[in-house]
Amino acid sequence: MNDLSCVGVTKKFGDFTAVRNVSLEVPPGSFFSILGPSGCGKTTLMRMIAGFETPSAGDIRIKGESVINLAPNKRNVKMVFQHLALFPMMNVGENIAYGLRCQGEQKSEIPEKVRKVLDRVGLPGVEDKRIEQLSGGQKQRIAIARCMVLQPDVLLLDEPLGALDLKLREHMKIELKQLQERFETTFLYITHDQSEALVMSDQVAVMNAGGFEQIGSPRALYDDPVSGFVAGFVGDANVLPGTIDEVRGGEARVILDGGGAVLARLADDSNTGDRVEIFVRPEALRIGGDNGSGSLSGKVDSLLFNGAASRILVRLDTGQLVEVADGDQASEVSAHDAVTVSWQPDRSRIFVRRPGA
Amino acid sequence: MSRDAGRLSLILLFAPFALWIGLLIILPQIGIGYISLREKVGINEYEFGFKNYADFAQAAVYRNTLFRTAWISILVTMLALVLGFPISYYIAKIARERSRAALFLMCLIPLWVSDLVRAYGWIVLLRETGVVSTALVSMGVINEPIEMLYNDVTVIIGLVYTVILFMIVPLVSTMQGMDDSLLEAGFNLGGSRLTVFRRIVVPYAMPGIVAGCIIVFMITAGSYLTPVLLGGKNSSWFTEQIYNQFITRYNWEAGATFGVLLLLFTSLVVWLGLRLTGQSLATTVAKDT
Repeated sequence: MNDLSCVGVTKKFGDFTAVRNVSLEVPPGSFFSILGPSGCGKTTLMRMIAGFETPSAGDIRIKGESVINLAPNKRNVKMVFQHLALFPMMNVGENIAYGLRCQGEQKSEIPEKVRKVLDRVGLPGVEDKRIEQLSGGQKQRIAIARCMVLQPDVLLLDEPLGALDLKLREHMKIELKQLQERFETTFLYITHDQSEALVMSDQVAVMNAGGFEQIGSPRALYDDPVSGFVAGFVGDANVLPGTIDEVRGGEARVILDGGGAVLARLADDSNTGDRVEIFVRPEALRIGGDNGSGSLSGKVDSLLFNGAASRILVRLDTGQLVEVADGDQASEVSAHDAVTVSWQPDRSRIFVRRPGA
Repeated sequence: MSRDAGRLSLILLFAPFALWIGLLIILPQIGIGYISLREKVGINEYEFGFKNYADFAQAAVYRNTLFRTAWISILVTMLALVLGFPISYYIAKIARERSRAALFLMCLIPLWVSDLVRAYGWIVLLRETGVVSTALVSMGVINEPIEMLYNDVTVIIGLVYTVILFMIVPLVSTMQGMDDSLLEAGFNLGGSRLTVFRRIVVPYAMPGIVAGCIIVFMITAGSYLTPVLLGGKNSSWFTEQIYNQFITRYNWEAGATFGVLLLLFTSLVVWLGLRLTGQSLATTVAKDT
């Protein structure tokens, strides 16, 4: 039985539909992320699961039982808030004990439980510290400990890394993943940062304009996006707009807007004459030769050195700038060299043009 | 800017405050304290001593008036807190952004009318031939007009009405700083409405509660017009005694003594209140946020 399932959940605020017919299944013990741009409805969805909003339609089940009619304080889902919402008037120990006391835990057992959970998040002995004495990363862990001490069925995390600086954020990503494995609890993580979602999650749901675009493993989202939105939002991609000239089986010849014809793989039911976009990952692009797509000529604009993640920026003759992560070539070319770029059609995707693009 | 110029601007900025505190508060209090220690032994003959205080201790009527004033002031403070808290909570947390300013303004409007006029407003409403009494008679609820002035209940109602604003302002400003997610976290972790209120809202609002209570208590205990006008002869309000000593009997020594005693006693009550509720000024009113 799944820890959390949503069936056709919809939320309307007046005429505005914030969440549209969303269904998801989160298996026990998994790290599930909902990834989407701000305003896509992911926070509303999380607030419905926590019970702060009531769905206009659909059902939310925790461990198979509907919680639609349960008040927030009766649901066994705990939440780590965006700004953590640690109680400033209580010290660390009292913050963690708060939930235990609400549950009517035996007074004598509370200190022991608090001590244990602080051990597990790697902050032993900080019970008497005041909240403002903690660093950003420590607050994060206390917020998680405060929830985990109650042994929730599902832990909800609402962009908790957003307020941290970059270095700490990178560190906390790994730490969160480890904590999740240590506690063996289902995490439902909300973020607009695709790298957070890709690094930590077992499953990611990509959300756009109130609905799910795709649910899958990070690899599936990256390698096999089902829509232009997913292809553009998850990972880096070069986007080449054009019009389909001819469909050949699973591939199509596309006349680019700025001129030039290339071959790429069709990923939706676009047909001859449709205005489309070709998505190619930087690492799929090759400098020189022809890898089957037909080559596009241009000039090296600049080299962005960043160790293993070095990029070559190429200004195509169409005027468009593309990023190439061709490790072998990075040291061979220099700025202003005339080059050609191409790719294996298999490693590109054609989607119908996104609205506004 | 040179150091001297910096120091000069500091002095200039500080001067009005220092003058105000020094000339209008400290100096008069020293004067009052000095007069209260002066014993009249003959015409224009004075000695120093505590006779005035001893006289006060002996006269039960003055002592009781002081206790009664403090007691009613405490009651008024409690009522203002109980009534003001939900109003403040509504303004700070429930009302929409746009109506918040309007609601706050509505609380301020009574201040635009003088104390005296407001007290007479109550008299118009509550006297025997007043609006309330007449309305009740004409509706047949009561048979003959009743006098609703000149009793403790009326005095308390009038005082609460006068001072509640000073409870609401600090409460609203403290609670406005409270992030909604604190309340949601309180519920999310399993707290009932009562638990969230008791363990999160009240502790968070404590600086505002303490500030509001002290202000309201001090204003009430030192108020003069409202208890005298609404309570009439029976009000036995301590400030009335001070007025009587100074103005009616021209006994400045006794009046000054009463003044000092009122200050000391109300300060004692505030101190006791802080001790009994386990609060201190450092962790509430003077807390840096």
